Amino acid sequence: MSSLGTAINALQVQSVSKVFGSNGSSLAVLRDINLTISDGEFVCVVGGSGCGKTTLLRIIAGLEGNYSGSVFLGDAPILGPGLDRGLVFQEHRLLPWLTVEQNIAFGISSLPAAEKAAQIRHFVELVGLRGFEHSYPHQLSGGMAQRVAIARALAGNPKILLLDEPFGALDALTRIRMQQELLRIWRVQRTTMVLVTHDIDEAIYLADRIVIMSPRPGTIKRIIDVDLLRPRDRTSYVGTQLRQSIYREFFANEEIPEDYEI
Amino acid sequence: MSTSGENTSAFRLAELPRQVDLRPGSAAIRLRLPNRILGAIVPVFGVILWEILSRLGVFPPNALPAPTVIAQTILDLARTGELWRHAGITLWRILVGFLLGATVGTLAGGLTGHVALARRLFDPLLQSLRNIPSMAWVPLFLLWLGIQESSKVGLIALGAFFPVYLNLSSGMSHVDPKLIEVGKVYRLNGFQLIRRVILPAVLPEYMLGLRSGLGLAWMFVVAAEIMGASRGLGFLMIDGQMTGRASVILASVILFAILGKATDLILETLGRRLLRYKTQ
Repeated sequence: MSSLGTAINALQVQSVSKVFGSNGSSLAVLRDINLTISDGEFVCVVGGSGCGKTTLLRIIAGLEGNYSGSVFLGDAPILGPGLDRGLVFQEHRLLPWLTVEQNIAFGISSLPAAEKAAQIRHFVELVGLRGFEHSYPHQLSGGMAQRVAIARALAGNPKILLLDEPFGALDALTRIRMQQELLRIWRVQRTTMVLVTHDIDEAIYLADRIVIMSPRPGTIKRIIDVDLLRPRDRTSYVGTQLRQSIYREFFANEEIPEDYEI
Repeated sequence: MSTSGENTSAFRLAELPRQVDLRPGSAAIRLRLPNRILGAIVPVFGVILWEILSRLGVFPPNALPAPTVIAQTILDLARTGELWRHAGITLWRILVGFLLGATVGTLAGGLTGHVALARRLFDPLLQSLRNIPSMAWVPLFLLWLGIQESSKVGLIALGAFFPVYLNLSSGMSHVDPKLIEVGKVYRLNGFQLIRRVILPAVLPEYMLGLRSGLGLAWMFVVAAEIMGASRGLGFLMIDGQMTGRASVILASVILFAILGKATDLILETLGRRLLRYKTQ
Protein backbone atom coordinates (compact mmCIF):
# COMPACT_ATOMS: atom_id res chain seq x y z
CA MET A 1 0.00 0.00 0.00
CA SER A 2 2.74 2.44 1.00
CA SER A 3 4.67 1.68 -2.17
CA LEU A 4 1.76 2.77 -4.32
CA GLY A 5 3.18 4.74 -7.21
CA THR A 6 6.75 4.71 -5.94
CA ALA A 7 7.98 1.31 -7.10
CA ILE A 8 7.93 1.12 -10.86
CA ASN A 9 8.93 -2.49 -11.07
CA ALA A 10 6.58 -4.67 -9.09
CA LEU A 11 8.46 -7.82 -9.89
CA GLN A 12 11.82 -8.64 -11.32
CA VAL A 13 12.88 -12.12 -12.35
CA GLN A 14 16.60 -12.27 -13.07
CA SER A 15 18.20 -15.18 -14.95
CA VAL A 16 16.20 -17.81 -13.11
CA SER A 17 16.96 -21.42 -13.97
CA LYS A 18 15.68 -24.55 -12.30
CA VAL A 19 16.54 -28.20 -12.68
CA PHE A 20 14.34 -31.03 -11.41
CA GLY A 21 15.84 -34.32 -10.27
CA SER A 22 19.26 -34.78 -8.79
CA ASN A 23 21.68 -37.67 -9.34
CA GLY A 24 21.91 -38.94 -12.87
CA SER A 25 18.68 -37.92 -14.53
CA SER A 26 18.04 -34.23 -14.40
CA LEU A 27 15.51 -32.19 -16.25
CA ALA A 28 15.93 -28.50 -16.94
CA VAL A 29 12.55 -26.97 -16.19
CA LEU A 30 13.47 -23.33 -16.54
CA ARG A 31 16.46 -21.81 -18.27
CA ASP A 32 17.54 -18.21 -17.92
CA ILE A 33 14.20 -16.56 -17.37
CA ASN A 34 14.33 -12.76 -17.32
CA LEU A 35 11.15 -10.84 -16.80
CA THR A 36 10.31 -7.44 -15.40
CA ILE A 37 6.74 -6.62 -14.53
CA SER A 38 5.68 -3.07 -13.74
CA ASP A 39 3.36 -1.98 -11.04
CA GLY A 40 -0.28 -2.51 -11.91
CA GLU A 41 0.49 -4.47 -15.02
CA PHE A 42 -1.50 -7.50 -16.15
CA VAL A 43 0.83 -10.16 -17.52
CA CYS A 44 -0.19 -13.52 -18.90
CA VAL A 45 2.27 -16.35 -19.25
CA VAL A 46 1.23 -18.73 -22.02
CA GLY A 47 2.68 -22.10 -22.81
CA GLY A 48 1.89 -25.74 -23.30
CA SER A 49 2.21 -28.30 -20.55
CA GLY A 50 5.75 -28.87 -19.38
CA CYS A 51 7.02 -25.42 -20.33
CA GLY A 52 7.66 -24.55 -16.70
CA LYS A 53 5.09 -21.78 -16.48
CA THR A 54 3.60 -23.11 -13.27
CA THR A 55 7.08 -23.65 -11.81
CA LEU A 56 7.92 -20.03 -12.59
CA LEU A 57 4.78 -18.90 -10.81
CA ARG A 58 5.55 -21.10 -7.82
CA ILE A 59 9.06 -19.66 -7.63
CA ILE A 60 7.57 -16.16 -7.51
CA ALA A 61 5.12 -17.36 -4.87
CA GLY A 62 8.03 -18.66 -2.82
CA LEU A 63 6.86 -22.27 -2.90
CA GLU A 64 9.82 -23.58 -4.91
CA GLY A 65 13.40 -23.44 -3.74
CA ASN A 66 16.60 -24.70 -5.31
CA TYR A 67 16.74 -22.44 -8.30
CA SER A 68 19.49 -20.22 -9.56
CA GLY A 69 19.05 -16.55 -10.30
CA SER A 70 16.99 -14.19 -8.24
CA VAL A 71 13.50 -12.80 -7.94
CA PHE A 72 12.73 -9.40 -6.46
CA LEU A 73 9.41 -8.09 -5.32
CA GLY A 74 9.98 -4.35 -5.40
CA ASP A 75 13.45 -4.11 -3.86
CA ALA A 76 13.18 -7.17 -1.64
CA PRO A 77 14.41 -10.59 -2.74
CA ILE A 78 11.86 -13.39 -2.51
CA LEU A 79 12.94 -15.98 0.03
CA GLY A 80 9.72 -17.82 0.74
CA PRO A 81 5.94 -17.47 0.73
CA GLY A 82 4.65 -14.11 1.87
CA LEU A 83 1.46 -12.21 2.30
CA ASP A 84 2.75 -9.60 -0.16
CA ARG A 85 1.87 -12.08 -2.89
CA GLY A 86 -1.57 -13.58 -3.34
CA LEU A 87 -1.83 -16.97 -5.01
CA VAL A 88 -4.81 -18.54 -6.76
CA PHE A 89 -4.50 -22.17 -7.78
CA GLN A 90 -6.26 -24.03 -10.55
CA GLU A 91 -8.43 -25.72 -7.95
CA HIS A 92 -10.06 -23.33 -5.52
CA ARG A 93 -8.37 -24.98 -2.53
CA LEU A 94 -10.82 -23.48 -0.09
CA LEU A 95 -10.95 -25.07 3.32
CA PRO A 96 -14.16 -27.11 3.26
CA TRP A 97 -14.93 -26.55 6.95
CA LEU A 98 -14.85 -22.76 6.68
CA THR A 99 -17.60 -20.54 5.32
CA VAL A 100 -17.01 -18.13 2.44
CA GLU A 101 -16.39 -15.38 4.96
CA GLN A 102 -13.99 -17.45 7.05
CA ASN A 103 -12.12 -18.60 3.97
CA ILE A 104 -11.63 -15.03 2.81
CA ALA A 105 -10.37 -14.15 6.28
CA PHE A 106 -7.99 -17.12 6.37
CA GLY A 107 -4.86 -15.10 5.65
CA ILE A 108 -5.74 -12.03 7.67
CA SER A 109 -6.52 -13.61 11.03
CA SER A 110 -4.04 -11.32 12.78
CA LEU A 111 -5.91 -8.15 11.81
CA PRO A 112 -8.06 -6.41 14.44
CA ALA A 113 -11.67 -7.61 14.28
CA ALA A 114 -13.15 -4.41 12.89
CA GLU A 115 -10.57 -4.12 10.15
CA LYS A 116 -10.97 -7.78 9.30
CA ALA A 117 -14.74 -7.44 9.04
CA ALA A 118 -14.30 -4.45 6.74
CA GLN A 119 -11.90 -6.39 4.52
CA ILE A 120 -14.29 -9.33 4.35
CA ARG A 121 -17.19 -7.06 3.48
CA HIS A 122 -15.19 -5.32 0.77
CA PHE A 123 -14.03 -8.52 -0.89
CA VAL A 124 -17.34 -10.37 -0.64
CA GLU A 125 -18.79 -7.36 -2.43
CA LEU A 126 -15.93 -7.16 -4.92
CA VAL A 127 -16.27 -10.75 -6.09
CA GLY A 128 -20.06 -10.50 -6.12
CA LEU A 129 -20.88 -13.03 -3.42
CA ARG A 130 -23.18 -10.98 -1.18
CA GLY A 131 -25.63 -13.35 0.44
CA PHE A 132 -23.21 -16.28 0.32
CA GLU A 133 -21.03 -15.16 3.25
CA HIS A 134 -22.11 -18.08 5.36
CA SER A 135 -22.16 -20.76 2.69
CA TYR A 136 -19.65 -23.58 2.67
CA PRO A 137 -17.45 -24.32 -0.36
CA HIS A 138 -19.35 -27.48 -1.30
CA GLN A 139 -22.50 -25.40 -1.66
CA LEU A 140 -20.88 -23.17 -4.28
CA SER A 141 -20.47 -23.67 -8.01
CA GLY A 142 -16.97 -23.93 -9.45
CA GLY A 143 -16.99 -20.32 -10.58
CA MET A 144 -18.22 -19.03 -7.24
CA ALA A 145 -15.62 -21.06 -5.35
CA GLN A 146 -12.90 -19.61 -7.55
CA ARG A 147 -14.20 -16.09 -6.81
CA VAL A 148 -13.82 -16.85 -3.11
CA ALA A 149 -10.28 -18.07 -3.78
CA ILE A 150 -9.51 -14.79 -5.55
CA ALA A 151 -11.01 -12.83 -2.66
CA ARG A 152 -8.96 -14.85 -0.16
CA ALA A 153 -5.78 -14.16 -2.12
CA LEU A 154 -6.56 -10.44 -2.32
CA ALA A 155 -7.71 -10.01 1.28
CA GLY A 156 -4.20 -9.46 2.60
CA ASN A 157 -3.71 -6.57 0.13
CA PRO A 158 -0.88 -8.24 -1.76
CA LYS A 159 1.30 -6.22 -4.11
CA ILE A 160 0.88 -8.85 -6.75
CA LEU A 161 -1.68 -11.54 -7.50
CA LEU A 162 -0.40 -14.79 -8.99
CA LEU A 163 -2.94 -16.98 -10.75
CA ASP A 164 -2.10 -20.49 -11.89
CA GLU A 165 -4.58 -21.48 -14.61
CA PRO A 166 -7.36 -20.22 -12.35
CA PHE A 167 -10.17 -20.87 -14.81
CA GLY A 168 -8.79 -24.06 -16.34
CA ALA A 169 -11.25 -26.27 -14.49
CA LEU A 170 -14.32 -24.20 -15.32
CA ASP A 171 -16.71 -24.66 -18.21
CA ALA A 172 -16.27 -22.38 -21.22
CA LEU A 173 -19.09 -19.94 -20.43
CA THR A 174 -18.18 -19.61 -16.76
CA ARG A 175 -14.57 -19.09 -17.82
CA ILE A 176 -15.49 -16.13 -20.02
CA ARG A 177 -17.56 -14.60 -17.25
CA MET A 178 -14.73 -15.09 -14.77
CA GLN A 179 -12.28 -13.41 -17.15
CA GLN A 180 -14.55 -10.36 -17.26
CA GLU A 181 -14.84 -10.45 -13.49
CA LEU A 182 -11.09 -10.64 -13.05
CA LEU A 183 -10.59 -7.59 -15.26
CA ARG A 184 -13.16 -5.70 -13.24
CA ILE A 185 -11.44 -6.72 -9.99
CA TRP A 186 -8.10 -5.68 -11.45
CA ARG A 187 -9.50 -2.27 -12.35
CA VAL A 188 -10.86 -1.76 -8.83
CA GLN A 189 -7.86 -3.11 -6.91
CA ARG A 190 -5.06 -2.12 -9.30
CA THR A 191 -3.11 -5.13 -8.12
CA THR A 192 -0.35 -6.35 -10.40
CA MET A 193 -1.49 -9.60 -11.98
CA VAL A 194 0.51 -12.53 -13.28
CA LEU A 195 -1.74 -15.19 -14.78
CA VAL A 196 -0.48 -18.46 -16.12
CA THR A 197 -2.62 -20.12 -18.77
CA HIS A 198 -2.55 -22.40 -21.78
CA ASP A 199 -5.46 -20.55 -23.30
CA ILE A 200 -4.27 -18.07 -25.93
CA ASP A 201 -7.65 -16.35 -26.15
CA GLU A 202 -7.70 -15.84 -22.43
CA ALA A 203 -4.27 -14.21 -22.57
CA ILE A 204 -5.28 -11.91 -25.44
CA TYR A 205 -8.45 -10.91 -23.65
CA LEU A 206 -6.75 -10.17 -20.33
CA ALA A 207 -3.12 -9.21 -20.69
CA ASP A 208 -1.16 -6.01 -21.18
CA ARG A 209 1.71 -8.25 -22.12
CA ILE A 210 1.82 -11.89 -23.09
CA VAL A 211 4.87 -13.95 -22.21
CA ILE A 212 5.16 -16.97 -24.49
CA MET A 213 7.12 -19.87 -23.11
CA SER A 214 8.43 -22.92 -24.88
CA PRO A 215 9.24 -26.24 -23.21
CA ARG A 216 12.28 -28.45 -22.59
CA PRO A 217 13.86 -26.44 -21.17
CA GLY A 218 11.35 -23.78 -20.26
CA THR A 219 12.45 -20.54 -21.79
CA ILE A 220 10.77 -17.28 -22.71
CA LYS A 221 10.30 -17.39 -26.44
CA ARG A 222 8.69 -14.07 -27.01
CA ILE A 223 7.00 -11.24 -25.15
CA ILE A 224 4.10 -9.55 -26.93
CA ASP A 225 2.56 -6.21 -26.02
CA VAL A 226 -1.18 -6.26 -26.42
CA ASP A 227 -2.17 -2.76 -27.38
CA LEU A 228 -5.88 -3.32 -27.50
CA LEU A 229 -8.37 -1.16 -25.69
CA ARG A 230 -10.53 -2.76 -23.04
CA PRO A 231 -13.16 -4.09 -23.02
CA ARG A 232 -11.74 -6.19 -25.76
CA ASP A 233 -13.76 -7.67 -28.53
CA ARG A 234 -12.92 -11.34 -28.64
CA THR A 235 -13.59 -11.44 -32.36
CA SER A 236 -11.82 -8.25 -33.43
CA TYR A 237 -9.51 -8.26 -36.43
CA VAL A 238 -6.40 -7.21 -34.49
CA GLY A 239 -7.15 -9.80 -31.86
CA THR A 240 -7.42 -12.49 -34.47
CA GLN A 241 -4.14 -11.40 -36.06
CA LEU A 242 -2.49 -11.56 -32.65
CA ARG A 243 -3.95 -14.95 -32.02
CA GLN A 244 -2.57 -16.25 -35.28
CA SER A 245 0.83 -14.84 -34.59
CA ILE A 246 0.90 -16.48 -31.13
CA TYR A 247 -0.44 -19.67 -32.59
CA ARG A 248 2.46 -19.77 -35.03
CA GLU A 249 4.86 -19.59 -32.10
CA PHE A 250 3.56 -22.94 -30.99
CA PHE A 251 2.92 -24.63 -34.32
CA ALA A 252 5.44 -23.05 -36.62
CA ASN A 253 5.07 -25.13 -39.76
CA GLU A 254 1.62 -26.51 -39.43
CA GLU A 255 -1.55 -25.53 -41.09
CA ILE A 256 -3.79 -23.54 -38.79
CA PRO A 257 -7.09 -25.30 -38.32
CA GLU A 258 -10.30 -23.35 -38.03
CA ASP A 259 -10.81 -24.35 -34.48
CA TYR A 260 -8.30 -25.65 -32.02
CA GLU A 261 -7.95 -26.73 -28.50
CA ILE A 262 -4.63 -26.73 -26.71
CA MET B 1 -43.66 -32.15 15.09
CA SER B 2 -40.93 -33.71 13.04
CA THR B 3 -43.02 -36.75 12.24
CA SER B 4 -45.86 -34.64 10.96
CA GLY B 5 -43.37 -32.73 8.82
CA GLU B 6 -42.02 -35.94 7.42
CA ASN B 7 -45.50 -37.17 6.75
CA THR B 8 -46.50 -34.13 4.79
CA SER B 9 -43.33 -34.24 2.74
CA ALA B 10 -43.88 -37.91 2.01
CA PHE B 11 -47.42 -37.12 1.05
CA ARG B 12 -46.35 -34.28 -1.17
CA LEU B 13 -43.72 -36.40 -2.88
CA ALA B 14 -46.30 -39.06 -3.57
CA GLU B 15 -48.29 -36.57 -5.59
CA LEU B 16 -45.43 -35.44 -7.74
CA PRO B 17 -45.46 -37.05 -11.16
CA ARG B 18 -41.64 -37.11 -11.31
CA GLN B 19 -41.67 -39.62 -8.48
CA VAL B 20 -42.02 -42.38 -11.01
CA ASP B 21 -39.94 -45.28 -9.82
CA LEU B 22 -37.81 -46.71 -12.56
CA ARG B 23 -36.39 -49.56 -10.56
CA PRO B 24 -37.99 -52.76 -11.80
CA GLY B 25 -40.47 -54.45 -9.54
CA SER B 26 -40.30 -52.07 -6.62
CA ALA B 27 -42.97 -49.61 -7.72
CA ALA B 28 -45.85 -51.79 -6.62
CA ILE B 29 -44.61 -52.35 -3.06
CA ARG B 30 -43.26 -48.85 -2.53
CA LEU B 31 -44.41 -47.62 0.87
CA ARG B 32 -44.38 -43.89 1.24
CA LEU B 33 -43.45 -43.73 4.89
CA PRO B 34 -40.48 -42.15 6.64
CA ASN B 35 -37.59 -44.53 7.17
CA ARG B 36 -37.84 -44.27 10.91
CA ILE B 37 -41.38 -45.63 10.95
CA LEU B 38 -40.66 -48.17 8.22
CA GLY B 39 -37.66 -49.51 10.14
CA ALA B 40 -39.70 -49.91 13.34
CA ILE B 41 -42.36 -52.12 11.79
CA VAL B 42 -40.46 -55.42 11.88
CA PRO B 43 -39.10 -55.09 15.45
CA VAL B 44 -42.46 -53.98 16.85
CA PHE B 45 -44.31 -56.88 15.24
CA GLY B 46 -41.52 -59.22 16.31
CA VAL B 47 -41.91 -58.22 19.94
CA ILE B 48 -45.68 -58.53 19.77
CA LEU B 49 -45.37 -61.98 18.19
CA TRP B 50 -42.82 -62.96 20.83
CA GLU B 51 -45.20 -61.84 23.60
CA ILE B 52 -48.11 -63.78 22.11
CA LEU B 53 -46.08 -66.94 21.56
CA SER B 54 -44.70 -66.69 25.12
CA ARG B 55 -48.18 -66.36 26.58
CA LEU B 56 -49.36 -69.31 24.52
CA GLY B 57 -46.57 -71.31 26.08
CA VAL B 58 -44.68 -71.92 22.82
CA PHE B 59 -41.44 -70.53 24.35
CA PRO B 60 -40.39 -72.06 27.68
CA PRO B 61 -40.49 -69.14 30.17
CA ASN B 62 -37.26 -70.16 31.93
CA ALA B 63 -35.32 -70.01 28.66
CA LEU B 64 -37.06 -67.18 26.79
CA PRO B 65 -39.33 -65.11 29.02
CA ALA B 66 -41.93 -62.79 27.52
CA PRO B 67 -41.00 -59.15 26.78
CA THR B 68 -43.33 -57.98 29.52
CA VAL B 69 -41.54 -60.25 32.01
CA ILE B 70 -38.20 -58.77 30.98
CA ALA B 71 -39.61 -55.28 31.31
CA GLN B 72 -40.89 -56.19 34.75
CA THR B 73 -37.44 -57.52 35.67
CA ILE B 74 -35.87 -54.21 34.65
CA LEU B 75 -38.47 -52.31 36.68
CA ASP B 76 -37.82 -54.54 39.70
CA LEU B 77 -34.07 -54.03 39.36
CA ALA B 78 -34.67 -50.31 39.21
CA ARG B 79 -36.93 -50.37 42.24
CA THR B 80 -34.47 -52.28 44.43
CA GLY B 81 -31.68 -49.95 43.31
CA GLU B 82 -29.67 -52.82 41.84
CA LEU B 83 -30.05 -51.41 38.34
CA TRP B 84 -28.40 -48.09 39.24
CA ARG B 85 -25.65 -49.82 41.14
CA HIS B 86 -24.73 -52.12 38.25
CA ALA B 87 -25.37 -49.72 35.39
CA GLY B 88 -23.65 -46.93 37.29
CA ILE B 89 -20.40 -48.79 37.81
CA THR B 90 -20.43 -50.03 34.22
CA LEU B 91 -20.92 -46.51 32.91
CA TRP B 92 -18.19 -45.23 35.22
CA ARG B 93 -15.77 -47.86 33.89
CA ILE B 94 -16.69 -46.96 30.33
CA LEU B 95 -16.21 -43.27 30.99
CA VAL B 96 -12.79 -43.58 32.66
CA GLY B 97 -11.55 -46.30 30.31
CA PHE B 98 -12.75 -44.55 27.19
CA LEU B 99 -11.31 -41.19 28.20
CA LEU B 100 -7.99 -42.83 29.03
CA GLY B 101 -7.83 -44.88 25.84
CA ALA B 102 -9.03 -42.04 23.63
CA THR B 103 -6.52 -39.63 25.16
CA VAL B 104 -3.58 -41.98 24.68
CA GLY B 105 -4.87 -42.86 21.20
CA THR B 106 -5.12 -39.19 20.32
CA LEU B 107 -1.59 -38.46 21.48
CA ALA B 108 -0.11 -41.53 19.78
CA GLY B 109 -2.15 -41.02 16.61
CA GLY B 110 -1.26 -37.35 16.48
CA LEU B 111 2.43 -38.10 16.91
CA THR B 112 2.63 -40.88 14.34
CA GLY B 113 0.37 -38.99 11.97
CA HIS B 114 2.46 -35.86 12.07
CA VAL B 115 6.00 -37.18 12.46
CA ALA B 116 6.91 -39.62 9.71
CA LEU B 117 9.74 -41.16 11.75
CA ALA B 118 7.44 -41.89 14.69
CA ARG B 119 5.00 -43.50 12.27
CA ARG B 120 7.67 -45.76 10.82
CA LEU B 121 8.89 -46.70 14.29
CA PHE B 122 5.62 -47.40 16.08
CA ASP B 123 2.92 -48.03 13.52
CA PRO B 124 3.94 -51.60 12.50
CA LEU B 125 3.98 -52.70 16.14
CA LEU B 126 0.61 -51.15 16.94
CA GLN B 127 -0.88 -52.49 13.72
CA SER B 128 0.05 -56.03 14.73
CA LEU B 129 -1.11 -55.63 18.34
CA ARG B 130 -4.58 -54.56 17.26
CA ASN B 131 -5.21 -57.97 15.73
CA ILE B 132 -5.20 -59.64 19.14
CA PRO B 133 -8.82 -60.45 20.04
CA SER B 134 -10.19 -58.58 23.03
CA MET B 135 -10.79 -61.63 25.20
CA ALA B 136 -7.18 -62.68 24.85
CA TRP B 137 -6.09 -59.68 26.91
CA VAL B 138 -8.39 -60.39 29.84
CA PRO B 139 -6.29 -62.98 31.73
CA LEU B 140 -3.17 -60.92 31.29
CA PHE B 141 -4.80 -57.75 32.56
CA LEU B 142 -6.27 -59.60 35.53
CA LEU B 143 -2.82 -60.97 36.32
CA TRP B 144 -1.08 -57.64 35.92
CA LEU B 145 -3.60 -55.28 37.43
CA GLY B 146 -5.58 -57.54 39.75
CA ILE B 147 -9.34 -57.89 39.85
CA GLN B 148 -9.83 -54.33 41.02
CA GLU B 149 -11.09 -51.51 38.85
CA SER B 150 -7.70 -50.85 37.22
CA SER B 151 -7.72 -54.07 35.20
CA LYS B 152 -11.20 -53.37 33.81
CA VAL B 153 -10.50 -49.74 33.09
CA GLY B 154 -7.22 -50.78 31.49
CA LEU B 155 -8.97 -53.26 29.21
CA ILE B 156 -11.61 -50.73 28.17
CA ALA B 157 -8.90 -48.14 27.54
CA LEU B 158 -7.10 -50.66 25.34
CA GLY B 159 -10.28 -51.27 23.36
CA ALA B 160 -10.90 -47.57 22.88
CA PHE B 161 -7.27 -46.85 22.04
CA PHE B 162 -6.91 -48.68 18.74
CA PRO B 163 -9.69 -47.18 16.61
CA VAL B 164 -8.86 -43.69 17.86
CA TYR B 165 -5.18 -44.22 17.18
CA LEU B 166 -5.63 -45.83 13.76
CA ASN B 167 -8.12 -43.31 12.43
CA LEU B 168 -6.26 -40.25 13.63
CA SER B 169 -2.88 -41.51 12.52
CA SER B 170 -3.91 -42.50 9.01
CA GLY B 171 -6.19 -39.47 8.69
CA MET B 172 -3.39 -37.08 9.60
CA SER B 173 -0.96 -38.61 7.18
CA HIS B 174 -3.53 -38.36 4.41
CA VAL B 175 -4.52 -34.72 4.77
CA ASP B 176 -4.68 -33.21 1.29
CA PRO B 177 -1.18 -31.79 0.63
CA LYS B 178 -2.83 -29.09 -1.45
CA LEU B 179 -4.56 -27.71 1.62
CA ILE B 180 -1.33 -27.89 3.59
CA GLU B 181 0.28 -25.86 0.81
CA VAL B 182 -2.44 -23.24 1.28
CA GLY B 183 -1.32 -23.04 4.89
CA LYS B 184 2.24 -22.48 3.71
CA VAL B 185 1.17 -19.74 1.30
CA TYR B 186 -0.36 -17.92 4.26
CA ARG B 187 2.78 -18.46 6.29
CA LEU B 188 1.27 -20.60 9.03
CA ASN B 189 3.85 -22.01 11.44
CA GLY B 190 3.82 -25.65 12.49
CA PHE B 191 1.40 -25.21 15.36
CA GLN B 192 -0.97 -22.98 13.36
CA LEU B 193 -0.89 -25.46 10.50
CA ILE B 194 -1.97 -28.25 12.85
CA ARG B 195 -4.68 -26.17 14.50
CA ARG B 196 -6.09 -24.44 11.43
CA VAL B 197 -5.63 -27.00 8.65
CA ILE B 198 -4.67 -30.50 9.78
CA LEU B 199 -7.01 -30.91 12.77
CA PRO B 200 -10.16 -29.66 11.02
CA ALA B 201 -9.27 -31.76 7.98
CA VAL B 202 -8.88 -34.90 10.04
CA LEU B 203 -11.91 -34.32 12.27
CA PRO B 204 -14.32 -36.58 10.32
CA GLU B 205 -11.94 -39.55 10.59
CA TYR B 206 -11.21 -38.71 14.21
CA MET B 207 -14.89 -38.64 15.17
CA LEU B 208 -15.33 -41.98 13.41
CA GLY B 209 -12.39 -43.32 15.43
CA LEU B 210 -13.92 -42.07 18.68
CA ARG B 211 -17.23 -43.73 17.89
CA SER B 212 -15.68 -47.08 17.01
CA GLY B 213 -13.48 -46.71 20.08
CA LEU B 214 -16.55 -46.29 22.22
CA GLY B 215 -18.13 -49.32 20.58
CA LEU B 216 -15.08 -51.42 21.39
CA ALA B 217 -15.04 -50.00 24.91
CA TRP B 218 -18.52 -51.49 25.40
CA MET B 219 -17.34 -54.84 24.04
CA PHE B 220 -14.37 -54.84 26.37
CA VAL B 221 -16.42 -53.88 29.42
CA VAL B 222 -18.61 -56.93 28.87
CA ALA B 223 -15.51 -59.10 28.58
CA ALA B 224 -13.97 -57.58 31.70
CA GLU B 225 -17.10 -57.81 33.81
CA ILE B 226 -17.88 -61.37 32.78
CA MET B 227 -14.37 -62.54 33.65
CA GLY B 228 -14.06 -60.95 37.03
CA ALA B 229 -16.36 -58.51 38.69
CA SER B 230 -18.73 -58.29 41.60
CA ARG B 231 -20.72 -55.40 40.19
CA GLY B 232 -21.70 -54.16 36.76
CA LEU B 233 -24.09 -55.18 34.02
CA GLY B 234 -21.70 -57.90 32.85
CA PHE B 235 -21.71 -59.32 36.35
CA LEU B 236 -25.50 -59.12 36.40
CA MET B 237 -25.54 -61.27 33.27
CA ILE B 238 -23.29 -63.90 34.80
CA ASP B 239 -25.35 -63.76 37.98
CA GLY B 240 -28.48 -64.37 35.92
CA GLN B 241 -26.81 -67.32 34.25
CA MET B 242 -25.62 -68.82 37.55
CA THR B 243 -29.05 -68.49 39.15
CA GLY B 244 -30.87 -69.60 36.00
CA ARG B 245 -32.80 -66.38 35.51
CA ALA B 246 -33.04 -65.81 31.77
CA SER B 247 -35.02 -62.63 32.32
CA VAL B 248 -32.08 -61.04 34.17
CA ILE B 249 -29.67 -61.98 31.38
CA LEU B 250 -32.00 -60.53 28.75
CA ALA B 251 -32.60 -57.45 30.88
CA SER B 252 -28.84 -56.89 31.03
CA VAL B 253 -28.53 -57.37 27.28
CA ILE B 254 -31.24 -54.78 26.72
CA LEU B 255 -29.62 -52.39 29.18
CA PHE B 256 -26.30 -52.79 27.39
CA ALA B 257 -28.02 -52.01 24.13
CA ILE B 258 -29.76 -48.91 25.51
CA LEU B 259 -26.67 -47.54 27.25
CA GLY B 260 -24.41 -48.31 24.31
CA LYS B 261 -26.76 -46.58 21.92
CA ALA B 262 -27.19 -43.61 24.27
CA THR B 263 -23.46 -43.01 24.66
CA ASP B 264 -22.95 -43.40 20.92
CA LEU B 265 -25.71 -40.88 20.37
CA ILE B 266 -23.79 -38.35 22.46
CA LEU B 267 -20.72 -38.72 20.24
CA GLU B 268 -22.82 -38.73 17.10
CA THR B 269 -24.53 -35.50 18.12
CA LEU B 270 -21.19 -33.95 19.01
CA GLY B 271 -19.75 -35.06 15.68
CA ARG B 272 -22.71 -33.77 13.74
CA ARG B 273 -22.40 -30.41 15.47
CA LEU B 274 -18.67 -30.19 14.78
CA LEU B 275 -19.05 -31.35 11.17
CA ARG B 276 -22.12 -29.26 10.45
CA TYR B 277 -20.47 -27.86 7.34
CA LYS B 278 -20.80 -31.24 5.63
CA THR B 279 -24.54 -31.51 5.93
CA GLN B 280 -25.50 -27.91 5.29
